[in-house]
Amino acid sequence: MDKIIVGIGGVGLSIFVIWYFLLKSSRTISAVKGENIQEIYIIVDGGYKPDSIELKKGVPAKLMFDRKDPSDCLSEVVIGDFKIRQKLELGKVTTVEFTPGKKGEFDFSCGMGMFHGKIIVK
Amino acid sequence: MTKFKKGKQKDIKKCDLAITGMHCASCAVNIEKKLNDLEGVKASVNFATSKASLELGEDGNLESAKQKIKDLGYSVLEKNDGEEIEDKERAEKKKEIKNLKNKVWISLFLSIPLFFGSLPRLFPFIPDILNNHFVLLVLATPVEFWVGWQFHSGGFKALKHRTADMNALISIGTLAAYFYSAFITFFPASVSSAGKMPEVYYDTAAVIITLILLGRLLEAVAKGQTGEAIRKLMGLRAKTARVIRNKKEIDIPIEEVAVGDIVVVRPGEKIPVDGLIIEGKSAIDESMITGESIPVDKKEGDEVIGATINKTGSFKFRATKVGSETALAQIIELVKEAQGSKAPIQKLADQVTAYFVPVVMVVAIMTFTVWYIFGPSPAITFALLNFVGVLIIACPCALGLATPTAIMVGTGKGAENGILIKSGETLEIALKINTVVFDKTGTLTKGEPDVTDIVSVTESPISNSQFPNKSQNSKLSNGQSEILYYAGSAEKGSEHPLGEAVVRYAKDKNVKLSDHISFDASVGHGIMANIQSNNGKGKTVEVLIGNKRMMDNNKIDIGSIQKEVNKLQSEGKTAVFVAIDKKLAGIIGIADTLKENSKAAIELLHKEGLKVAMITGDNGKTAEAIAKIVGIDKVLAEVLPEDKEKEVKKLQGEGKIVAFVGDGINDAPALAQADVGIAIGTGTDVAMESSDITLIGGDLRSVATAILLSQKTMKKIKQNLFWAFFYNASLIPLAAGVFYPFFGILLNPMFAGLAMAASSVSVVSNSLLLKRFKV
Repeated sequence: MDKIIVGIGGVGLSIFVIWYFLLKSSRTISAVKGENIQEIYIIVDGGYKPDSIELKKGVPAKLMFDRKDPSDCLSEVVIGDFKIRQKLELGKVTTVEFTPGKKGEFDFSCGMGMFHGKIIVK
Repeated sequence: MTKFKKGKQKDIKKCDLAITGMHCASCAVNIEKKLNDLEGVKASVNFATSKASLELGEDGNLESAKQKIKDLGYSVLEKNDGEEIEDKERAEKKKEIKNLKNKVWISLFLSIPLFFGSLPRLFPFIPDILNNHFVLLVLATPVEFWVGWQFHSGGFKALKHRTADMNALISIGTLAAYFYSAFITFFPASVSSAGKMPEVYYDTAAVIITLILLGRLLEAVAKGQTGEAIRKLMGLRAKTARVIRNKKEIDIPIEEVAVGDIVVVRPGEKIPVDGLIIEGKSAIDESMITGESIPVDKKEGDEVIGATINKTGSFKFRATKVGSETALAQIIELVKEAQGSKAPIQKLADQVTAYFVPVVMVVAIMTFTVWYIFGPSPAITFALLNFVGVLIIACPCALGLATPTAIMVGTGKGAENGILIKSGETLEIALKINTVVFDKTGTLTKGEPDVTDIVSVTESPISNSQFPNKSQNSKLSNGQSEILYYAGSAEKGSEHPLGEAVVRYAKDKNVKLSDHISFDASVGHGIMANIQSNNGKGKTVEVLIGNKRMMDNNKIDIGSIQKEVNKLQSEGKTAVFVAIDKKLAGIIGIADTLKENSKAAIELLHKEGLKVAMITGDNGKTAEAIAKIVGIDKVLAEVLPEDKEKEVKKLQGEGKIVAFVGDGINDAPALAQADVGIAIGTGTDVAMESSDITLIGGDLRSVATAILLSQKTMKKIKQNLFWAFFYNASLIPLAAGVFYPFFGILLNPMFAGLAMAASSVSVVSNSLLLKRFKV
């Protein structure tokens, strides 16, 4: 009997894990604040919030990362497609500035590639 | 509106101020407006970069501008921003390492008795008290919840956000072992009634935490070294500068030096910013920027680079680049960018890490389930230990660290030696290079050609009497002097290196030149000019100077002098034809001297198994002669400047992976077309858009070093990725007990902890081995 319970529980839990982590949908937040301004505040705490950011091509962008999580992994943010690797000071807001020069969907992650977010340039 | 007093434009000084405290674009507009109200100040404030760019006229004052910003409620960063952040980071890292060390010691102190106490059958000499489950619980609790708190807090924060990281795996694994043991401790009857021995696994939880923490400590120390290059470069900056203000020498902070300031440098001092020497001379040690160990002699008019060391003399220079414009600042920026870039090979690792942790969780759950249902007795023990083992041994960190650590160490090592590699992508392509194409003039040669021969056609079309400027001291024959007069006059004011050589030679020989009446240049062919004979007083003649193509186009027969032409070309000299009134007058032999290390550089490339080609506008024979001297495999001669790009394309069409080495200015299209463009730096112009690798020093041997370093770095990346994939792919099944039915092998979760800690450390250490790369 206990084996049946563990069997069903195991399969059920596996399906839950897949749904919980891999099938989540994230809401894209636009950073565009005006004609020539785009800036967004991102909380770094167990991941990035928001983790999907919309930017406009050719406009200087400011991504303000507020690192609240002491985890070493999150001490850096990497936006490889724009050649950015920026250290984030704990308890402070670190601003990353760049001008997205190409359209598309670009990944950003922590220094070790454990936490991910995306930048959608339109 | 004129902001500055008339006639004082020359005295305008430019500088940038870093402003903090701006929250929106209107703050920037406000500051800009108030700064522009100040006398002699023209300002533009950029919100995105948090910078005010100032132009100060004669009556403008930097201090009052700063005060104005402060009065408005904002701050001006006095110290260099980057350096300040670096200092803070270093202090934070130090604190973190100290903290980790303390925790590792405490954890070790508690885990050792736990380890021995949990295995009474193996260690019978251990006092009975350590066999008591409640004592073990007391020892394990601080390790699990105080030492291991960082794993739990990090892991659960991630779980809450529907993401999962390494911390989540460690946290779930150790908590499972801990809470199972605690349950057994309080309710031993629950298992003993089923005829099983009540066993606890506090040691598993505590030892795993201790080992992983030890791994993190070693990783933190090692990772600190990967970013050393940037710190070293930042440390090169001078803190102060001695400038002349109001006819007095004063020491000011480096941030206050403005373009146009006259800076005084004494022997042994660091040159604070980039500039041009206006008085004095000295030998300057530029090794920290260019990687060249021999000091360079500099005199009036020469460029000096900030952060280099003045060795012998005193001199004054005019600052031309300050702040973020200096060569050093640009180098730091380039290295930072390179270290932030990704190699395409990393994409696969990125995709894997994105799904890794959830997949491992599923594998762990299924491991538990399968062992519980099908495993031998005691099934719960096997199921639990293998579940913990799978969670602990999985190491996505090694995958994540494999590429960036190698890129950081590799590009940093390059920068220390005057080699700036632009991105991870460059490293990857450099591994495949099989052909290196050198531009000849200015790259293989010094680019300052000299006249070596003047050959006159015996039957001169113009009588010697028409030629008035033969200097009494000159050893030239009449015919030679005549050619030099017309060629020199035609080339007067020319910026072409061959033209400059002719004019210089005429001056050396005291041949007085006259101005040309009209002038027309045909790129890649030559020039046509109208010159008055008789020192500019006689009749007007048409002078044509150029290569064979130029003569052919103008139907000028050069057959009479072919023997001399052949002779010059076989000596590697360029034969420039001079025709007067459509008749050949003679030829001028011009040779460009090879750079000292050209031959050695090509030998090094050959040693690496690469084919070397040379591209030049020279005719085939001249080019072949030079190619022979330096050991070039393939000559691409008589190529017009605009066709260099096409030649590179042609080679690529033959399936070659081409590196092009050129000067970065004239060769920009070819550099961009090549798979890897290698630009030879010219002084303080470091950031060359079209190149993938910039060699700051002029030493051509760095081409081989740059390619070799790229290849070594790429090999490290591949090794790291292989081991990280291999490690996870082989040890996760082992931990799950896949091999148990066949070989009876199972992995103790404590070993899983050891292996996991070792995997990240080994990847970072392997990258650090690149530091041993010898230039």
